[in-house]
Amino acid sequence: MMARTSTAPATPVLSVRDLSINFGGVRAVQNVSFDIASGCIYSVIGPNGAGKTTLFNLITGVYVPTAGEILLDGQPVQGQPPHRLARRGVARTFQNLQVCLNMTALENVMVGAHLRLDRNVLKAAFRWPSLRRADQALHQEAAELMRFVGLEHALEARADAMSYGALKRLEIARALAMKPRLLFLDEPAAGLNPRETLEIDELIRKVAVSGVTVVLVEHDMKMVMSLSDRILVLDYGKKLAEGTAAEIRQDPAVIAAYLGAGAAGETP
Amino acid sequence: MIRPVILRPMALRPATLGLVALAVLVLVLPLVISNSFYLDLVIRIAINAIIVLGLNLLIGFAGQISFGHAGFLGIGAYASAVLPTHFGWPPLLALIAGAAAAAALAAVMAWPIFRLKGHYLAMATLGLGIILNLIFRNEASYTGGPDGMAVPAMELFGLQLSRDRQWYWVIAALLLVSVWASLNIIDSPFGRALRALHGSDVAARVVGVDIARYKMAIFVMSATFASIMGSITAHYVGFVTPNIADFFHSVELVTMVVVGGMASVFGSLLGAVLLTILPQALATFEGWETVAFGAILILCMIFMPRGLLPTLAARLGSLRFAVARLRAGRSAGESDS
Ligand SMILES: Nc1ncnc2c1ncn2[C@@H]1O[C@H](COP(=O)(O)OP(=O)(O)OP(=O)(O)O)[C@@H](O)[C@H]1O
Ligand SMILES: [Mg+2]
Repeated sequence: MMARTSTAPATPVLSVRDLSINFGGVRAVQNVSFDIASGCIYSVIGPNGAGKTTLFNLITGVYVPTAGEILLDGQPVQGQPPHRLARRGVARTFQNLQVCLNMTALENVMVGAHLRLDRNVLKAAFRWPSLRRADQALHQEAAELMRFVGLEHALEARADAMSYGALKRLEIARALAMKPRLLFLDEPAAGLNPRETLEIDELIRKVAVSGVTVVLVEHDMKMVMSLSDRILVLDYGKKLAEGTAAEIRQDPAVIAAYLGAGAAGETP
Repeated sequence: MIRPVILRPMALRPATLGLVALAVLVLVLPLVISNSFYLDLVIRIAINAIIVLGLNLLIGFAGQISFGHAGFLGIGAYASAVLPTHFGWPPLLALIAGAAAAAALAAVMAWPIFRLKGHYLAMATLGLGIILNLIFRNEASYTGGPDGMAVPAMELFGLQLSRDRQWYWVIAALLLVSVWASLNIIDSPFGRALRALHGSDVAARVVGVDIARYKMAIFVMSATFASIMGSITAHYVGFVTPNIADFFHSVELVTMVVVGGMASVFGSLLGAVLLTILPQALATFEGWETVAFGAILILCMIFMPRGLLPTLAARLGSLRFAVARLRAGRSAGESDS
């Protein structure tokens, strides 16, 4: 079912070379390197505090690395601000929800299309016809996306009136509205019940099939093992292992780290 | 049970209804009001409302606080007073020059500030307001110092605006256009980007919003707007004193935004109405206005942080919801919120 390419033929969409960041004395990510091939589902796992979210923050420009390189399609992008990376097709969701609660659910999704729209304020003030038309089309498109992520019941909802699980999906819809090439999902199934988790699992498959490269951080090992083409394991900010699900499952270092961390209920 | 289309017809949107109601009110008021005292009050309410609309885009929608907006009003007012009086400029050109100066000053000031995090804008604008006020006070040879100076009449296309009725129609038209434009802006890509950076700056950044640029754009816009309204106020009143650029005046404007309702266009109007009338009502307690405004600001922050109109709307909304529930009985379906 899942294509498991042994060697990457083309330039990887994303290459990370010796990436590091320190927060004062905390070395949250240390010399991490890996490649992500286009169109795959790539997972990053590791115990709490391993540096997974920090890695996402580095790649999406939220943090500036202390050292190392990030290559998008072979071009260095480290240190670029998030809005620049967004232009290059990088989208993400957040582990700690980042939904704009001062807006409706639909508007949150519409914001995802920011870069594709005419942002001229004078045209906006005077209801320029082309701008209005584009906005109405976007309304429909955002509604489609909300249906796609299973939020058809929340089309008219205010974001601050939605449940946790619904907000998690809303973030995915917003990210998809960017029409990204690379989508980073930080624990999309955290706090969801088994049924909702299964729905997210299916959703990620659908997104990947549509051609988006998905990078996933997730603690639900069943989901990670079944979804991922490749897996990167982090521990204390360092790369512990990288490989296919089968390889990771048998890696002694990984097993030791997980048992050592005493991660209850997580059976790699 | 999938609802197909979500767009509400234009005519039914509350914003549209509000705009129509406002237009009707604007048309009817001069028929009802014969007393020139009240006409003057209405004009001053409308002027404040327009300023507060611009300020609310900055404070309520984009989440950036300015405590120096009276300074920008002052720039416009004094441009319209000084340039025609001392240099013979036509009033319209003076107004434009004032607006350009306010925009340039706002841009120069905002450029470094918005690259930093935190509430530096509030402090910087506070300082700017104080400095401008001092300049207007001290440059007596041009500005008349603390006593102020007369402002020549506004001329539009060779027509002099002198009578209150004429001013009423000019300002009423400006108010309607401003409300309409504000509503349009908040419901546009530009406006959504502003609201998004207020809601979550990191979320806005990762979807591609250059937040420093957007904060700067709205700050410069609202400063320009304030300057234009400063010019108009000066021409309307026919006289300008440094009080227009006073710190207290800035606080007054912020109070109108907060009391009426942050991020509420019609709330801005309500805030302007209430807090323009209040000083009239408090006229007998001269000197206590400042205290009253401070108290209102604090009480509002504590008991109605969202402001008057949004709070009332929410109350009304939940009431309507409850009534609908009662009527619907147990026929209601999904309840996932
Ligand atoms: N902005 C920051 N300032 C200081 N320390 C930070 C910062 N961000 C992360 N850290 C530290 O870096 C380390 C890695 O944190 P990170 O959030 O990346 O872990 P994680 O793998 O995502 O964990 P979890 O599974 O709990 O989400 C932690 O020790 C954390 O305290
Ligand atoms: Mg994390």
